[in-house]
Amino acid sequence: MIDPRRIRNFSIIAHIDHGKSTLADRLIETTGGLQSREMKEQVLDSMDIERERGITIKAQTTRLTYKAKDGETYYLNLMDTPGHVDFAYEVSRSLAACEGSILLVDASQGVEAQTLANVYQAIDANHEIVVALNKIDLPAADPERIRQQIEDVIGIDATDAIPISGKTGMGVPDVLEAIVKKIPPPEGDPKAPLAALLVDSWYDPYLGVVILVRMQDGVLRKGMKIRMMATGATHVIDRVGIFTPKTEPVDELGPGEIGFITAGIKEVAETSVGDTLTDDRNPRAAPLAGFKPSIPVVFCGLFPSEADDFNNLRESLSKLRLNDSSFHFEVESSPALGFGFRCGFLGLLHLEIVQERLEREFDLDLITTAPSVVYHVHLSDGTMQEIHNPADWPDPTKLVKVEEPWIKATLMLPDEYLGAILKLCEERRGVQQNLTYIGNRAVATYRLPLNEVVFDFYDRLKSVSRGYASFDYSLDGYEEGDLVKLSILVNAEPVDALSMIVNKGRAESRGRAICERLKDLIPKQLFKIAIQAAIGGRVVARETLSAMRKDVLAKCYGGDISRKRKLLDKQKKGKKRMRAFGKVEIPQEAFIAALKIGDE
Amino acid sequence: MADPAPSPGFGLYVHWPYCEAICPYCDFNVRRQQTVDPLRWRAAFAADITQAAQSFGPERPPLTSIYFGGGTPALMPPELVAGVIDIARQTFALTDNAEITVEANPTATETDRFQAFRDAGVNRLSLGIQSLRDDALIFLGRRHSGAEATAALTRALAIFPRVTFDMIYARPGQDLADWREELGEALALARDGGHLSLYQLTIESGTPFGKRAQKGEALAADEDLAADLYALTQDMGAAAGLPAYEVSNHARPGEESRHNRVYWRYGPYIGSGPGAHGRLPGPTGRTATEAIRDPGRWLAAVEQHGHGIDSRENLSRRIQAEELLFMGLRLSEGVPAARFHAVTGWTLAEALPEAELMPLIGEGLIDRDSKGLRLTAQGRPLLNAVVAALIDRLPSS
Repeated sequence: MIDPRRIRNFSIIAHIDHGKSTLADRLIETTGGLQSREMKEQVLDSMDIERERGITIKAQTTRLTYKAKDGETYYLNLMDTPGHVDFAYEVSRSLAACEGSILLVDASQGVEAQTLANVYQAIDANHEIVVALNKIDLPAADPERIRQQIEDVIGIDATDAIPISGKTGMGVPDVLEAIVKKIPPPEGDPKAPLAALLVDSWYDPYLGVVILVRMQDGVLRKGMKIRMMATGATHVIDRVGIFTPKTEPVDELGPGEIGFITAGIKEVAETSVGDTLTDDRNPRAAPLAGFKPSIPVVFCGLFPSEADDFNNLRESLSKLRLNDSSFHFEVESSPALGFGFRCGFLGLLHLEIVQERLEREFDLDLITTAPSVVYHVHLSDGTMQEIHNPADWPDPTKLVKVEEPWIKATLMLPDEYLGAILKLCEERRGVQQNLTYIGNRAVATYRLPLNEVVFDFYDRLKSVSRGYASFDYSLDGYEEGDLVKLSILVNAEPVDALSMIVNKGRAESRGRAICERLKDLIPKQLFKIAIQAAIGGRVVARETLSAMRKDVLAKCYGGDISRKRKLLDKQKKGKKRMRAFGKVEIPQEAFIAALKIGDE
Repeated sequence: MADPAPSPGFGLYVHWPYCEAICPYCDFNVRRQQTVDPLRWRAAFAADITQAAQSFGPERPPLTSIYFGGGTPALMPPELVAGVIDIARQTFALTDNAEITVEANPTATETDRFQAFRDAGVNRLSLGIQSLRDDALIFLGRRHSGAEATAALTRALAIFPRVTFDMIYARPGQDLADWREELGEALALARDGGHLSLYQLTIESGTPFGKRAQKGEALAADEDLAADLYALTQDMGAAAGLPAYEVSNHARPGEESRHNRVYWRYGPYIGSGPGAHGRLPGPTGRTATEAIRDPGRWLAAVEQHGHGIDSRENLSRRIQAEELLFMGLRLSEGVPAARFHAVTGWTLAEALPEAELMPLIGEGLIDRDSKGLRLTAQGRPLLNAVVAALIDRLPSS
């Protein structure tokens, strides 16, 4: 068993692109966790999507063996945390597993909204913070200004901030020393009943479900029968190990250690992040603090563009869920889109990642309906329903009131974009809470209805700030809202996949925008077509798609029949990709694009 | 039962693949001119046509038309044209008034041969004038002027009993007023011949125009202008006594192209020569044939196997129904109910029930009565989309 005094558990907090994964790579390389020939850039981000997007989705860990200047050997456990707000809960679990954090800030870009949110979580978790200023080798680096900014904005002492370069490796040994000196060792009692925090779990095709644990009290050994305190399920441990970052078996894990176990568990869904593992024969009285299940916040329908792919989609979703129990799905059927699934996600990024993985790893073509949040709908019979599908929206006469989720958003941006961003927030029914400046950067705090954010807020934010604004949010309760169901009718037939719940005051402009967009996207037909947006029976916007005027071959003689028939066949095949609706064929691209529109 | 449908006739199409120059809009099976051995070609056509005749059984019908198309069939040695006509006559016999057409361009080489073709038995000439405007002729890659075109037409009218010519409109930059003026001149020139083909410029992929369009050049008229130009063409043709009897073909009644009408009425026809297509009687009713496209390989194949067919497909009745509709609805007479039944075995009413057609009838795009099915004047420019909608509603087998 390792002496807890020789253990340091830490995570790295940084904004996207500030170099978190590069620093992790350097730390592993410097302490010899991997030979340089084994180093693949960003070793900890194992999924293709993680590496490509430069983000971390699942928490991962590695043990570094470090001989410090005091002559002692230390075991440093690096927890790589997801960097995105959608995975805030996983972030909090990862942070709870550590005693300290490295706050990594780009020495030219400075503090961003995401950095703020995560560093406050770390401070809440009583972390000791080691400040490192990265990319010091770049000409634009201004470490003194950024150091001051960290003190001003975050309010922590940055006197000892370490200038480093993840790229060249400069300063990395200083970071290792600071981890040993500044971050306290973990505490725990090896003789107490077993208490291990379930930090994360995932499915490995060779090992089955792998559970990442942070040891609190007691000792974990192969052959032990453990109990999951949230569910009461018991399992016999068949493997105990650590990551270096390669998997390495160990005999046991003692207090303060971070490692993994396998116990013949088939599905990730049987494990709950934040749960406490204890000894079935000598259980602990109460679980460790903080367990709560993750709850989907954003819902949408996923439909295969080819009806034949329905079963493929079902299997693919099941496979993805093996590794990501935080999304939910159930069968949904739509007159326009056929059979598909209603899916719930932790947030928009989570939705995008799942969608991208389905398309990329499972080669599926998907139609995604408008994302929706979860509404609390109070009915006249005194009941309350949670509704996230416009198709389930009750008759307005039965509605007493509707509550919608709000968020508290932090935006950081260069001063010159402030006007545009404030306008965007106001348009989205935002309520300003606070506005401060750090140098020429503005920090705005807004309360916003989540349904205004799930639609296209990120895209708009990026475009009005040319990518310079950073944004983070946390959920901030439910509030009553004036909400209506906006239906889109093509040729007088409602297209359920395009209907959405919107604020009444914004229904008309949104309806108009969708009608205008659809007019450009639906190919002309033999008939004139009305495209309408309606609330109940009241049409609030209307566009007319004029009829096709000419579609004929100039020449068609004996030699042309076969060739042109092939053309007709091709057209017929192309149509399989469209969804017939009434008399009108709406191409799949039209659905996708119509759902992406903004207000302008 | 419905009225008997007019007989489609029976035609022979002969493809001559060579041209002096390739026009930038053309996507037919064409090659640059080269020296040919007329005896070798004559023997090949003889073998190929004789082979095709086997499809007809012992009671071979007489041919109602022969059509020399291309390429530039006017570059064929006249004795070869005479030879092919002879072969056709010996193999099938020709009806008394059989229509024998040759396509020609208004170039000196070709006009010099008009008399020789007439002497060989050709009784109808189809002249590729394309435009009466010299700048447009240069754009279209033509090797003649407007004046040469009208001179060639005058000469043809003096030599052949029947003459028709082609025009191409909806060219880049051409507006309604430009075309009104040029079409007026063309209709006046067509008065004596009584037949005129008016094609909107079509940009085909793989052609020089297709490549230019792919690079972003706007060569095709936009839909609204194309529709307006088409409507103007219909009106002016009818007013000049040359109404459209087909999407792009105008004639004084009685002067219609009998050969092309075989295609549109979905009659049988033999296609001989490189890349030629045929529709022959077959076990399912109609068999589609397609000849080898490369002239050298076609010749060699005929010499080796006795025919130049590359592929042969026995068409299902559903495909025959599609082809019949696709071709027949191009004609203003439409598809007679009797013919639809004779070709497909389905009555028109069971294949396309009235209720299914109501949306199209309601929009004024098609007309339907006991005699058959036809497109209205409003529906004709939308033929592809209308036919696609009809085909969608056909029984699957």
